[in-house]
Amino acid sequence: MAVNYSAKEDADGHPSGGLGAAGGGAAKTRKPDNTAFKQQRLPAWQPILTAGTVLPAFFVIGLVFIPIGIGIFVTSNNIREYEIDYTGIEPTSPCNKCLNVSWNSTPSCTCTINFTLDHPFESNVFMYYGLSNFYQNHRRYVKSRDDSQLNGDNGSLLNPSKECEPYRTSENKPIAPCGAIANSMFNDTLVLYRIDNETRIPIHLNKKGIAWWTDKNVKFRNPSGDANNLTALFQKTTKPVNWPKPVYMLDSDPDNNGFINEDFIVWMRTAALPTFRKLYRLIERKNNLQPTLEAGQYSLDITYNYPVHSFDGRKRMILSTISWMGGKNPFLGIAYITVGSICFFLGVVLLIIHHKYGNRNTSADIPN
Amino acid sequence: PGRESPALVLARPRGGSGPARRRHDVKTRTVRSNLLLPGPETEKPKGSPLASNRLKTTKYTALSFLPKNLFEQFHRLANVYFVFIALLNFVPAVNAFQPELALAPVLFILAVTAIKDLWEDYSRYRSDKEINHMECLVYCRNEKKYISRYWKEVEVGDFVQLRCNEIIPADILLLSSSDPDGLCHIETANLDGETNLKQRQVVRRFLELDSEFDPLKFSSVIECEKPNNDLTRFRAYIIHTNGNRDGLYKENLLLRGCTIRNTEEVTGIVIYAGHETKALLNNSGPRYKRSKLERQMNIDVLWCVLILIVMCLFSAIGHGLWVWQFSEKKKPVFDVPGPDGNYLSPVLASVYLFLTMIIVFQVLIPISLYVSIEIVKICQVYFIHQDKDLYDEETDSQLQCRALNITEDLGQIQYIFSDKTGTLTENKMVFRRCTVSGIEYSHDANAKRLAMYQEPDSEEEETAPKGVTLSQRDSICSHQSVKAVHRSQSTKSHRRTGSRAEAKRASILSKHTAFSSPMFAGLTPPCPHHHGGTSLSHSTPSAPFCHHPSSCIFFFGFLWFLFSKVRVRFELKSPVKTIEDFIRRFTPSRLTAGSNNSSSSSLATSKSMHRFGSSLLSSTSTESTLLKLEEKLTYSVQMNNNGYSAQQEKRAIESGPEEGELRYEAESPDEAALVYAARAYNCTLVGRLSDQVSIELPHLGTLTFEVLHTLGFDSIRKRMSVVVRHPITDEINVYTKGADSVIMDLLLPCSSDDPRGKHQKKIESKTQNYLNLYAVDGLRTLCIAKRVLSKDEYACWLKSHLEAESCIENREELLFQSALHIEKNLHLLGATGVEDRLQEGVPETIANLRKAGLQIWVLTGDKQETAINIAYACKLLDHDEEIITLNAESPETCAILLEQCLHCVESKFSSNTIENTSGDMRIGFASFCTPSSSAHSKLGLVIDGRTLAYALDKTLENRFLLLAKRCRSVLCCRSTPLQKSMVVKLVRDKLKAMTLAIGDGANDVSMIQVADVGVGISGPEGMQAVMASDFAVPRFRHLEKLLLVHGHWCYSRLANMVLYFFYKNAMFVALLFWYQFYCGFSGTSMIDQWYLIFFNLLFSSLPQLITGVLDKDVPAEVLISVPQLYKSGQNMEDYQPHMFWMNMIDALYQSLVCFFIPYFTFYDSDMDIFSLGTPITTIALFTIILHLAVETKTWTFFHWSSCIFSILLFFFVALVYNASCPICYPPSNPYWTMEKLMGDPMFYLTCIISPFIALLPRFLYRTLQGTLFPTQRQLGCQLHRWPLGTCNHILSKLKIKKKSTPQKHPFAEPSMQNPTSNVNPCYKVSNENISSQVSEHGSEPALPARTRAEHTKVLGAAASPQGPLLYGEIKQSSLASNEERSFGFHEVTCSTSEMESASVEEMFPWNSTIDQSDFSLLKWITSTPLFSRFGRVLQLSSNSLQNETQNNISPPPPPTPVEHSIRPTISAFTNRTWYLNLCRKNVSVAK
Repeated sequence: MAVNYSAKEDADGHPSGGLGAAGGGAAKTRKPDNTAFKQQRLPAWQPILTAGTVLPAFFVIGLVFIPIGIGIFVTSNNIREYEIDYTGIEPTSPCNKCLNVSWNSTPSCTCTINFTLDHPFESNVFMYYGLSNFYQNHRRYVKSRDDSQLNGDNGSLLNPSKECEPYRTSENKPIAPCGAIANSMFNDTLVLYRIDNETRIPIHLNKKGIAWWTDKNVKFRNPSGDANNLTALFQKTTKPVNWPKPVYMLDSDPDNNGFINEDFIVWMRTAALPTFRKLYRLIERKNNLQPTLEAGQYSLDITYNYPVHSFDGRKRMILSTISWMGGKNPFLGIAYITVGSICFFLGVVLLIIHHKYGNRNTSADIPN
Repeated sequence: PGRESPALVLARPRGGSGPARRRHDVKTRTVRSNLLLPGPETEKPKGSPLASNRLKTTKYTALSFLPKNLFEQFHRLANVYFVFIALLNFVPAVNAFQPELALAPVLFILAVTAIKDLWEDYSRYRSDKEINHMECLVYCRNEKKYISRYWKEVEVGDFVQLRCNEIIPADILLLSSSDPDGLCHIETANLDGETNLKQRQVVRRFLELDSEFDPLKFSSVIECEKPNNDLTRFRAYIIHTNGNRDGLYKENLLLRGCTIRNTEEVTGIVIYAGHETKALLNNSGPRYKRSKLERQMNIDVLWCVLILIVMCLFSAIGHGLWVWQFSEKKKPVFDVPGPDGNYLSPVLASVYLFLTMIIVFQVLIPISLYVSIEIVKICQVYFIHQDKDLYDEETDSQLQCRALNITEDLGQIQYIFSDKTGTLTENKMVFRRCTVSGIEYSHDANAKRLAMYQEPDSEEEETAPKGVTLSQRDSICSHQSVKAVHRSQSTKSHRRTGSRAEAKRASILSKHTAFSSPMFAGLTPPCPHHHGGTSLSHSTPSAPFCHHPSSCIFFFGFLWFLFSKVRVRFELKSPVKTIEDFIRRFTPSRLTAGSNNSSSSSLATSKSMHRFGSSLLSSTSTESTLLKLEEKLTYSVQMNNNGYSAQQEKRAIESGPEEGELRYEAESPDEAALVYAARAYNCTLVGRLSDQVSIELPHLGTLTFEVLHTLGFDSIRKRMSVVVRHPITDEINVYTKGADSVIMDLLLPCSSDDPRGKHQKKIESKTQNYLNLYAVDGLRTLCIAKRVLSKDEYACWLKSHLEAESCIENREELLFQSALHIEKNLHLLGATGVEDRLQEGVPETIANLRKAGLQIWVLTGDKQETAINIAYACKLLDHDEEIITLNAESPETCAILLEQCLHCVESKFSSNTIENTSGDMRIGFASFCTPSSSAHSKLGLVIDGRTLAYALDKTLENRFLLLAKRCRSVLCCRSTPLQKSMVVKLVRDKLKAMTLAIGDGANDVSMIQVADVGVGISGPEGMQAVMASDFAVPRFRHLEKLLLVHGHWCYSRLANMVLYFFYKNAMFVALLFWYQFYCGFSGTSMIDQWYLIFFNLLFSSLPQLITGVLDKDVPAEVLISVPQLYKSGQNMEDYQPHMFWMNMIDALYQSLVCFFIPYFTFYDSDMDIFSLGTPITTIALFTIILHLAVETKTWTFFHWSSCIFSILLFFFVALVYNASCPICYPPSNPYWTMEKLMGDPMFYLTCIISPFIALLPRFLYRTLQGTLFPTQRQLGCQLHRWPLGTCNHILSKLKIKKKSTPQKHPFAEPSMQNPTSNVNPCYKVSNENISSQVSEHGSEPALPARTRAEHTKVLGAAASPQGPLLYGEIKQSSLASNEERSFGFHEVTCSTSEMESASVEEMFPWNSTIDQSDFSLLKWITSTPLFSRFGRVLQLSSNSLQNETQNNISPPPPPTPVEHSIRPTISAFTNRTWYLNLCRKNVSVAK
């Protein structure tokens, strides 16, 4: 019909076709199809939440969660963990003298902390450094990096992203690696000794394999060029302000130098929470006969370079074995056990309720 | 050519009124022929050029689309907000995300809308193109003939020739027609949906031309008003070259979009083209209404904004403090200075952070909410459309949703305002009775005819003329009519349920011939019956005993004559050939003269003839003469339109009725019914010219009358008149038809001294008497009156009338005045009663809707008694209900009446309240205010139009509402369209209630537009109501499923979805907020920006959409069988303000769980930001989807798949995204995070436990609530779960239980006794209060009032269409009351059992007691109408019916000397009746 001027009206389906003489010819019925979908009669499951219907679920959850929780809890408890705070806040602490170090102070302040492990650490031991009250997740801090530069992009190397400001250039040279994260890289050196009969036996600390494989091999790359001559690659750049030495002098091993230095990579993975730990070294188990770290006296030599006192930060050294569930954390196990128990308890409560009230509906509704 | 030139100096022949007129010239347009060579005097266009006929409804062009569409979209505040946020992200100091990414969601939303707009625009473009390229014949100057052109090339001033069945391309002034009379018929179905043909006329002067119309010679100038959208108005002049000026009216204009019918060829000049045509100006787009839920939602969106601001402020302050704590010492390494190397001051940092946080927390304001709601609503509309239960096979029409965005309002309706005619009833009129000069002629045979309407048409044709019925009726009691109504109803339903083929056939018939289905053709003539005669109706096929046939026939002829806009369609075996509008001219005196000539004038009817105001008398005495007369009055059908077909038809008629069938099509079904009736009485055919009507009577010859004027019907005057010149006596007669209340007021007041006047008065009172009886039978009544004008009077009136007609400006107003001038001092001729049957399923629907807590008001233009009877028939009023009738003559009386009613009702209620509070802990009174709880007041209110007008006054409206609120049903009679809309508005605004108006006719349009939800019934009265409505249903009964099922679903779905939306966003944003405590309030987001931005859009949107579209909280069958469940929507149970906050608190809790479980799990570990954030996101997604799962009531395949799909999609996107690029997406890069996490068992363990803990409280709450305090809906679902047999068994048992429940229930038993003992005193008190009040009034000297027993037996008896049983009961009771009626007032003690049942539902309200489930059942039981048999009818004030019946039964009361003396009556009846006559107002006293 000519008067349906707009598509809208067409869509509205004026019955003009039905009433008007012009539409009289077509005897097409408008009767809707009788399909399950259109008539909203799709086969459906209509759960009704009553005590009777849900109480099995509660029991099942309880029965599943409690064993899981116990498993996690036991695993967590089996993990050996030893932690030393070496910030040096306490006057008695050997590191107290280094408390007020600043960046690039020379000579480095060193201190030694002795400690005793009561239990041997059987499996591989992970050595962490932990920082507290360090807001590595600050928004501007997190952003202050240039992933292209770290990925070895030569353009970005010489012209880092604006995100790096104000740690983008220094003395009119681009900073490599630029940004606040790199600039504030943790630079304490921790060395572990076992004191065996007054002698300090250095423990081999593996500095490789602490970063994610993808980070090391994909995300972080040195600028393209001769990998053995990093100095030349980075020659047009300058070191971050706080660093004592440029990025190509982080390690002697060319596989662990420059941007692919694993300590650097680990640091660049910004921690989620202000209290965090980062993997520092690995202590691998040498053989099956001996625990990785026997119980006994140990000594930790610290080259104290990293100032945290200004913002009330803490520094820790953590030795930990790990299991399938990572580090020691009893929380999840307790949570599972608690939830499982609560569910079980609620199951019982619901059973009582169901017994007392649940039947009433049906029996009341169905007349005898 | 025709150009608009405002300052054009037209040669005004009568230009005396110079300057004043010229000012108006600006408002006119001048059209000249395009064929004239542009002379020097025709200036080039000054103003904007006239619109061409090219149709362009598209909004955009290829170039303008983007800017224009964006501009339109930015009218939405939400879009502006989101764009603002996205742009904010480009400011480096505050940005939180990758700026381009932040634009993504906004762009997505904008793009979706833009694509939708583009698509719509494209379809408009296509339809435009199609229309623009239709062809028509336009006169071409060069070729000197009509050539074919596209529509879009037609311009104003062109001459267009149209053939039969062509569509009119523009608004065209009709200049020539192939019809000899210069007529043209158009079908306006495209404009207003009315299928009847309308008649258009050639401009008079061109009609007089002898020769063929030649466009080249057309040199006149047309001056017309500016384009406007009033279809019913066209005001213009045509100014001829000789200076003469003719007025042009809408009858001369062919409107674009209409179709030419029955006219071979017409020619005209284009006046308005394209977008200036009336059709297009009328074509406004769909309306935008905002639903209640959306309004509520918007409030909560504002709350969200507030929460957002609070959170941002909190963060900003926190950040300021955090920065400040480092300010004294050396800045820490992790606090990065600005690009210039300077650290921000704490204050500045706070300010920046505030903006950052707005970006980070933007998700709290749900960007996709509006889009989602729109999508869900479209799907809901689709499903409503697809419901086969809302499809009407008879008319092949289904429900239409015209407003797409208020589906959920359907689930919250509290008040239904319904029209009566065509809405509750079929609007298929059947003539039943008439009164002529105070003598009644019954037409009961129609009921039988209807019953037999299963037989083939031809059979009916044969039997029709024979089925002459004589019915003689008791003047008071309508025994047989009750039966008849009953019978017709039952047979009707039988017919309906009959074979489908038959229904189809009927539908086809009715489709082609709007109101002219053959059942009307089978009408048989009525015969008068003796006043006070005794014999029952019986059929005498061959020997009619008509005692006053001539007057009877006069009357019918007259009817016909008045109902002038009747179209006749004569159908031979071949298709329709001619259709003709005509007016019948037919005056009583002429007919009388005719019959006088043919038969010996002698007998008793002379008196009745005399009453017609004619001088001649006629009567018939013997059967033979009677028959003779009958024969004489047998008309043949004649078509005057086209001579040949008229002849043909004549022959056909003569040869036998089977060969051709005469069909009438009228504008309104009443007219159709009456003209069919007239035809049945052999008052048949009339030929008609525009101002002249000829009627051929085989034995009397052709009579030709001149119709001088037709004063059309309008809703203010409520009448219509015709001025005719009598062909023989040359008298000028005015005939007026209209509602009885209107006509009665216009009658010539006759003094009782004069015998003629006395006689006239008697006729009036008798007619009134019969009118009341008709109304009692539920018939629609019309009165007809006449006035004889003297030549002088006429000349005088004519002058003013012509002046009015020729006036351009105030024409309507002046015509109205003119009509008022002539329509007075009338003589009553008679009245007709037309039956309108109830639609199928109306009583059941009303009962169910009422059970659903809906208050139903019926607003009708019909008279009170008719309305009341229909109300009884459709169970709107119960016989055990008290009925308060408000009829007041003045505002003061109205005020007093209202006051008294309120007092009376309130005292009753307060007594009930005492019972309530004594029997139960619930407070009853406060809850009376809510309409749903007023269900236990069994009161009905009836108010007439005049009183309504007073009651709607500012000072009284509150009282009126207060009273109406207490009543179960309200009936407004004799209300105008404006009043209807005022009532709706009043309720909507004052009670803050959701209103639904349903109607079918033009008079309901205003009400439909005012109501929150307007429903139109696509009935026979045209499409105007449908056009104005939000939803159009084929039948009233469809309202039940539409509201109870779809409304309920839509509401609960949307409410749940909206709440869920708020929850979802709040929960997600709160996660980020908790993190701020651990990142120095620096605005870091541990959730990757991609997840954050696409979480709403991608991962969590599908399940909620599916649930929003498909979830069913209760199955449809349960919703229908337990309508009480609808109340949840009315009470907004699914979305109450506190629910928003409950959801917010739940969101808070859940976010705490979802944040802190990973937090503690990964505390002091080497987790980086995104390794923490990703599990949190995953947990949040699980929680959100499981939350939806808890809330989902019905799980279909779609639900399952959408949930699973969402989760899989998340993992897929995360894995791909995290593996895609190691250096992209600055500032954050979650490279390989997901992959790494998925190798970590802790990730899974965290993801499993957190959603459990998060959802445990809600799940537990739902479980406990479902067990201990199940809602009605949950019980309904349980009901549904049992096998069908059990279910039915329970339902049936429930019905049985209804009676035994009070005994069974331990609570009920003792408390039952209380009310019984309490109530009676209470009533006594209230009654005494009333009477004492009355006597106060009475003691005032100015208002002498009498208390007196009022007998309403007639009303009571006749008002029961429920069959003999009930009827008998009532009769008994009224007999009983007869004996007692002389008391001032008395009461009959109500039986205990009745009181019990009445109070049960008051005793046990639906409440949250421990035993609620029991109570709920009880509530279901008690709220069914069967159970509540106790009721009273309370009638305040007398109505005219009572007056009249009193006049018959008892000597009429002496007229009260004082005007406005208040004698309202409170009378009541029930099966145990008590009557109380309070005061009474005499209608006759008031002028």
